[in-house]
Amino acid sequence: MSSQTPSQTVGPFFSHALTPSGNGHAPIAGRQLADERTPGTLIRIEGRVLDGAGHPVTDALVEIWQARHDGAYPEGSDAFRGFGRASTDAEGRFWFQTVKPGALPENGAPHVNAAVFARGMLNHAFTRIYFSDEQAGNSRDPVLTSVDPTRRKSLVASLRDLAGPPVYEFEICLQGAHETVFFDA
Amino acid sequence: MTSKRILGPRDWSSHPRQTHPDYKSTLLRSQRKPLVPLPQSLSELTGPAFGHCAVTSEDADLTRNAVRDGEAIGERIIVAGRLVDESGRAIPNALIEVWQANAAGRYVHSQDQHEAPLDPNFVGAGRALTDGAGRYRFTTIRPGAYPWRNHPNAWRPAHIHFSVFGTAFIQRLVTQMYFPGDPLLALDPIFNATADAAARQRLVAGYSTELTEPEWALGFEFDIVLRGPRATPLES
Ligand SMILES: [Fe+2]
Repeated sequence: MSSQTPSQTVGPFFSHALTPSGNGHAPIAGRQLADERTPGTLIRIEGRVLDGAGHPVTDALVEIWQARHDGAYPEGSDAFRGFGRASTDAEGRFWFQTVKPGALPENGAPHVNAAVFARGMLNHAFTRIYFSDEQAGNSRDPVLTSVDPTRRKSLVASLRDLAGPPVYEFEICLQGAHETVFFDA
Repeated sequence: MTSKRILGPRDWSSHPRQTHPDYKSTLLRSQRKPLVPLPQSLSELTGPAFGHCAVTSEDADLTRNAVRDGEAIGERIIVAGRLVDESGRAIPNALIEVWQANAAGRYVHSQDQHEAPLDPNFVGAGRALTDGAGRYRFTTIRPGAYPWRNHPNAWRPAHIHFSVFGTAFIQRLVTQMYFPGDPLLALDPIFNATADAAARQRLVAGYSTELTEPEWALGFEFDIVLRGPRATPLES
């Protein structure tokens, strides 16, 4: 038996290695998981990361992991890899272009898993992104319904009321009265 | 249908506390509400696979992967080790990414204002896939210590950042590897945020004569341990 290696902060200076900017090799993953050729509904997830004072976190890294449109999780050989990575900009914003995940009956309502990393976070934080236009599924989802109802909405991305491809907004509050629900899985 | 094994919990005696006042940036960024328990489902127990990605052996040699017109400057080192889970089982085909400052303690990053020279032949970013026995190996330059503004005259001990994937998304680990015998370790709030001294030592690489290559490079061994399976399997 061995013991787990402790987590340490990602620090402020990761972008040259973990994001497409300024590194010789092609990025291993980025903000764009899907395009018009990917089976399913193309969507954008747009959000911001905020600290306990409500200020934007301009050096966070957000990673997502999700199912395909049919609810199955991608295997290594799938063109759609189901994994995305985005750093936040000067206003704390990030975005992903992906397809809306499906959900297998045993896996609850459609959702995207997310991990948030930043300077000042010694451990990354896990959360889930659900979709506001999946009310029926959300109301039966065992994870969502296990969360204190006053905090549940922090897990639901809201569909922006606009023409064109669907855009969901998801704010991540690291701390404070509106702290996002983070999970210990 | 594959059978996914439920993982044991994150070991909170090993991982740092969320809020560590000595590390100032945690004050407004740490989570203050209790984490909500999440039963492990398919979405937690699956994870991205990178075996099909274009990771080349050159990606793991930081002394060569950014060369423009000369050689990377500094003390050449080899950093290698094994990626295993708590049960000691090797994790093959897993992606490990590393990044670091150059020999002078400077990052290739627009926000790094430390007045130390950049090295035109060194970026300080690499990646590798573990082999069948969970082993990885990087060749790089020993990073320098660098100042930060956490407290007066604060210096980070020399370190290499590691980003590690297991097979499950919840095995994700981002950490830092330190060097043995560094006097700055005792003073570093990030290193010391892990309360348990034995756990902290797991962040310190060991000098290895076996990895050291004569007339070429010093070797350091750094094994990485991710969460392992709990006894009960989950059929999916
Ligand atoms: Fe660093």
